[in-house]
Amino acid sequence: MIYLDYASTTPIDPIIIKHLSSYFSNFANTSSLHQSGQKAKKILEKNRKNIAKFIKADPSEIIFTSSATESNNTVLKGIAFANKNKGNHIIISSIEHDCILNSADWLKTQGFKITKIPVDKFGRVNPSDVKKSITKKTILVSIMHANNEIGTIEPIEEIGKICCKLNIYFHTDASQTFGKIPINVKKMNIDLLTASSHKVYGPKGIALLYIKKGTNITPLLHGGGHENTLRSSTVNLPLVSAFAKTATIRHSELVSESQRLFKLRHHLIKNILKKIPNSHLNGHLKFSLPNIASFRFDNVEGESILLKLDQLGIAVSTGSACSSNNLKPSHVLLACGLKPSQTHGSIRISFGRWTTKKEINYLIKVLPKIIKDLRRLSPF
Amino acid sequence: MYSKKVLDHFQNPRNRGQIKNPDGIGKVGNIVCGDVMYLYIKIAKNKKNQPIIKDIKFQTLGCAAAIANSSIITELAKNKTVNQALKINKSTIVKSLGGLPPIKIHCSLLAIDAFAQAVYDYLSKSNQKIPEKLIKIHQRIEKEQSLNL
Repeated sequence: MIYLDYASTTPIDPIIIKHLSSYFSNFANTSSLHQSGQKAKKILEKNRKNIAKFIKADPSEIIFTSSATESNNTVLKGIAFANKNKGNHIIISSIEHDCILNSADWLKTQGFKITKIPVDKFGRVNPSDVKKSITKKTILVSIMHANNEIGTIEPIEEIGKICCKLNIYFHTDASQTFGKIPINVKKMNIDLLTASSHKVYGPKGIALLYIKKGTNITPLLHGGGHENTLRSSTVNLPLVSAFAKTATIRHSELVSESQRLFKLRHHLIKNILKKIPNSHLNGHLKFSLPNIASFRFDNVEGESILLKLDQLGIAVSTGSACSSNNLKPSHVLLACGLKPSQTHGSIRISFGRWTTKKEINYLIKVLPKIIKDLRRLSPF
Repeated sequence: MYSKKVLDHFQNPRNRGQIKNPDGIGKVGNIVCGDVMYLYIKIAKNKKNQPIIKDIKFQTLGCAAAIANSSIITELAKNKTVNQALKINKSTIVKSLGGLPPIKIHCSLLAIDAFAQAVYDYLSKSNQKIPEKLIKIHQRIEKEQSLNL
């Protein structure tokens, strides 16, 4: 199989798999006072320290959660409820992941007001739109670092500056960027940040949330007071160890890997747009993750392309969601100004650590014929 | 998520393309999913002098389910009398395809609509009496399509 769906999840790094059984042998509860418990606690804190430095945070500012979805839910609900005496207004972008959008929708039912900032045709938020939307009641701005469907990178440093000046909490969902492009929470004025292990060759079920010291936030899970009382649950040390290890490997090769992937992406885009008539790139050529390229083909449907590629052993994803359990056009592509009929012909190619140029060339070789065949079937 | 039969019809669609000088054309579209389906029919008479679907072809822009539904309805309708073919319903199609995911059932309704429209077109072009059922379907589709614009 040629796996080109790294943005949905990544294969686990073989080095991590090799270490997993040793990670699982440290089974003790990190809250226990006996020697095994204290040893586990020590490993936990070492991992926390390790991972914190990759985003230039203090170790005490990192809590581990079960998923990016949990981290994002914690931010939206936790900031909203802890700060409702200050205001009830939250700003997000219109292209956030469903876990932000649906948390925000739920908060609406609890009396909070949500503003969704539009994006331009490349999927970029304009920081001045954020500034204009801020009111006296605004308590949180949450804008993703890069979009998962089209790869566009958002100007979060500028947005962070605006929020910092006005003393409003700024959160960014860095699920797609952590371990792929540099993050500096201090320089970028980020108060809260979400990152996940399974997007960077680690196991599923483990993620992190960076919460700047002094941030007023209510936990989602109440219990034994783990993770500085912000996330009760016995700490999943084996997965934390795996997450920290993969983060270390990713950051040791971050520059070389992102340069390699950017070249691959450029090669792919250049060839697809050249070889397939009436094809378009969704997203931005430059302000983009190095490993996501979303394409749109006129008069073809994305799911049909996906299944034809699947038959040839190439795994991709549709840009539009007309695939499994949702027929609605992609909210991201609609936000970029496309008509519903235009959004349906999109596919997302996302690659990573083990993608080779040979694999990309195979895709470039077979895709034009698939599009041609499907267009022959179409009345247009 | 798709049955083997659906994937087979998707990979190897039967009766695809256009018919030159068709006796009827049915054009339908679904804004929800973005699928568009054109069905072409050619009519002949059998020994009992009943009109039959001599030839039927389709052109579809849509997901795998839309393509498979188009393909199977051409297979089911071909060589049947027009009256027999009009009896093809959702459950016939879904059964013939070995099942469909619930969210894709509407694609089979689209195929049935396209066929009904093609027969309506044939009957009206040849100045024949159009059954009440077909008139109702036609009016509903016209209304839906004007809303889509």
